[in-house]
Amino acid sequence: MFYREAGQYKTTYSADQAVFPILQDRIGIFVILLLAFVVVPMTVSGFVLSSVLIPIMVFALAAIGLNLLTGYTGLLSLGTGGFMGVGAYACYKLTTFFPDVNIIVLILASGLFSAAIGALFGLPSLRIKGFYLAVATLAAQFFLSWCFVRVPWLYNYNVSSAIEVPTRTAFGVHVTGPNATPVTRYLVVLSIVVLLTWIASNLVRGRIGRMWMAVRDMDIAAELIGIKLYQTKLIAFAISSYFCGVAGAMMIFLWFGSAEADSFSITQSFLVLFMVIIGGLGSLLGSFFGAIFILGLPIMLRTLPELFGLTIRAATVEHLQFMITGALIIVFLVIEPHGLARLWQIGKQKLRVWPFPY
Amino acid sequence: MRAPADLKIAAGDVLLAVENVSLSFGGVKAIRDISFDIRKGEIRAIIGPNGAGKTSMLNVINGFYTPQQGRITFKGKTRAKMRPHDAAAGGIARTFQNVALFRGMTALDNIMAGRTLCMKRGLFWQALRFGPAMKEEVEHRRYVEEIIDFLHIQHIRKTQVGRLPYGLQKRVELGRALAMEPDLLLLDEPMAGMNLEEKEDMSRFILDVNQHFGTTIALIEHDMGVVMDLSDRVVVLDYGRKIADGTPDEVKRNQDVIDAYLGVAH
Repeated sequence: MFYREAGQYKTTYSADQAVFPILQDRIGIFVILLLAFVVVPMTVSGFVLSSVLIPIMVFALAAIGLNLLTGYTGLLSLGTGGFMGVGAYACYKLTTFFPDVNIIVLILASGLFSAAIGALFGLPSLRIKGFYLAVATLAAQFFLSWCFVRVPWLYNYNVSSAIEVPTRTAFGVHVTGPNATPVTRYLVVLSIVVLLTWIASNLVRGRIGRMWMAVRDMDIAAELIGIKLYQTKLIAFAISSYFCGVAGAMMIFLWFGSAEADSFSITQSFLVLFMVIIGGLGSLLGSFFGAIFILGLPIMLRTLPELFGLTIRAATVEHLQFMITGALIIVFLVIEPHGLARLWQIGKQKLRVWPFPY
Repeated sequence: MRAPADLKIAAGDVLLAVENVSLSFGGVKAIRDISFDIRKGEIRAIIGPNGAGKTSMLNVINGFYTPQQGRITFKGKTRAKMRPHDAAAGGIARTFQNVALFRGMTALDNIMAGRTLCMKRGLFWQALRFGPAMKEEVEHRRYVEEIIDFLHIQHIRKTQVGRLPYGLQKRVELGRALAMEPDLLLLDEPMAGMNLEEKEDMSRFILDVNQHFGTTIALIEHDMGVVMDLSDRVVVLDYGRKIADGTPDEVKRNQDVIDAYLGVAH
C-alpha cells in the first residue's frame, strides 16, 4: 500500500535509468546508509563489529567480484581465493615499500595487481567454457596458493611464513594493526564496500554490463552485434579480480590482522561461490544477501540454543552447524534456484500490489 | 533514424557481391560455386528447400564461416578473412532462425546492446556513470526508444525477453538489428513459426525498414507468398548450388525451381 510507484512519473530517460527509480527505495537506502554509517558505530559493540559486520562486508565485496564474472558474464571461476590472496600480498608488499602512503590508497591499489593476475588467468576463457574453464581457474587457485607458500619474498622472508599486518595510518588515524579500533576499521571497510558497490552497479547498468550479459546469454549473437568476446571476457576477469583483490586486502588488513597461505585456500573460493549462488547469480544485492546468509547462519545456530537455555557441547554445536548449513543450502537451492535476490523481488512485488493478490 | 546516405554507393548499385564462393565441412559441400549480388536498397530473398545452404550463405556473408574458395565484396571492398564483429562494424546486422536474444536481459537492454558499437565512453566514465557516459547513455536511449515506437513494443520494454511470446521476441530481435543502423540487414526466416497476423505485421516492418530508412535487406524465408510479395529479386539454392536468380515472376516460372520444390519423376 505504501510501497508503490503509482503517481511517480519519469520525464527524462536519466531518471528512468536511476538505480532506485521508486521513491520509497531511495528513502530506504538512505536510511540503511544512515544506520550503517552513524547508528551502528555508536551502538554496536567492538566484538560484533569485528567478528560479524566486517566479515560480512568483506565477503560481500568478494561475492560482488565473483558475481560480476559468474553471474553477469557467465564465466565460472574457482580462483576467487587466489585472487583475494594476490590483493592481500600485493597490499603487504606495497605497504612495505611505501610505509608512509595512506593505507586506504594502497588497499585500493592492490586490487590492480589482482586484476592483472586475473586477466592473465582469464586468457584461456576464449577457448574454453563452463566446467573446463572452472578447472582452468582451479589451476590458478592452486598455483597462487603455491606461490603464497613457496615465494618467501611475498611475506618478506618471515620465519613463520605468515604476514603480520603492520600499524598504518590514514588521515592521522590508526587504520590497521593492533592499535586500530574496531569502529575505525568498520568505517573504512564500509566506505570501500559502498564505493565499490556503487561502481559495480554503474558498470552493470551501462554499456560494459550489457556487453557482459550479452556474452553470458548468447555469445554468438553478441559477436554479431560487434562485441569482441575476448576483450569483454578479459575485462570481466580483470574487474572481477579487482573486487576480489580489494576484498582480500581488506580481509587481512582490516579483519584478520595476519595471514598465511591457508587464508586463501580453495575453501575460500567455494565459500564465495556459495554466497553468489545462494544470494542470486547476476544480482549485486544478492551478493550481500549471500554473505549475510552464509556468515550469519553459523552465528545464529551458535546463539539460538543458548537463548533457549540448552547446553550443548561446543564440538557438537560445530558439527550441527555444518550439517544444518549444508542441509539448508540444498533445501534452499531446490526451492529457490535463483537465490535470495529473487525472493526479495517476489516480496517486493507482493508488497507493491498489496492488499490485492495481483 | 539516420538513413545510411553517407555511403558512396548509390541506390541500385551493387552493395555486396558474392563470387564463386564454395564452402564445405569435411566432405559435405554446403555451398558450391555460388555467385550473386545484392544491390543497395533492394529486398533480396534467398530461398530453397531445406539443406540448400541458405543459412550457410548468410553465415559466410557475416563472417561466421570462411569460404574455401571465392570472394566477397562488400561496399566496394573485397574482404579477406574476417570475424563476425568486423562484419558488424562494417554495417552488417543479422537476425537468427531460432531467436538469438539475450534472454536474461530486458527488451530495452537487448536493443541497447545493439548500440554497443556506437558507444565510445571507456571504463572510467562507465564506472562513474556520470557526465559524458550518462549523456551518451541518454542519447542512445532516445534512439532506441524510436525503434521501440517503430516496432510497437513500448509495453514490453522492461520485460525480460525470455518471458515474451515468440512473435514479440522476433520483433525485439529485429529491433536489436536495427539499433546497429546497418547498411545490410540479414534476416534468417523472420516469419518462421508465426501466425498470419504476426506475419503481416512483420512484413509491414520489413517493408517500412526498407522504404523509410533505405536499408538493404537479404532475407531467407519459406513462406512463398511472403517472398514473392516482399522481395525485389530472388536467388534460389538447391543442394548448395544456385539454380535460379531473378525477379519473383521469373523465378516462379523457372522449371528447375519447380522441380526442386515439387520433385521430379525419376
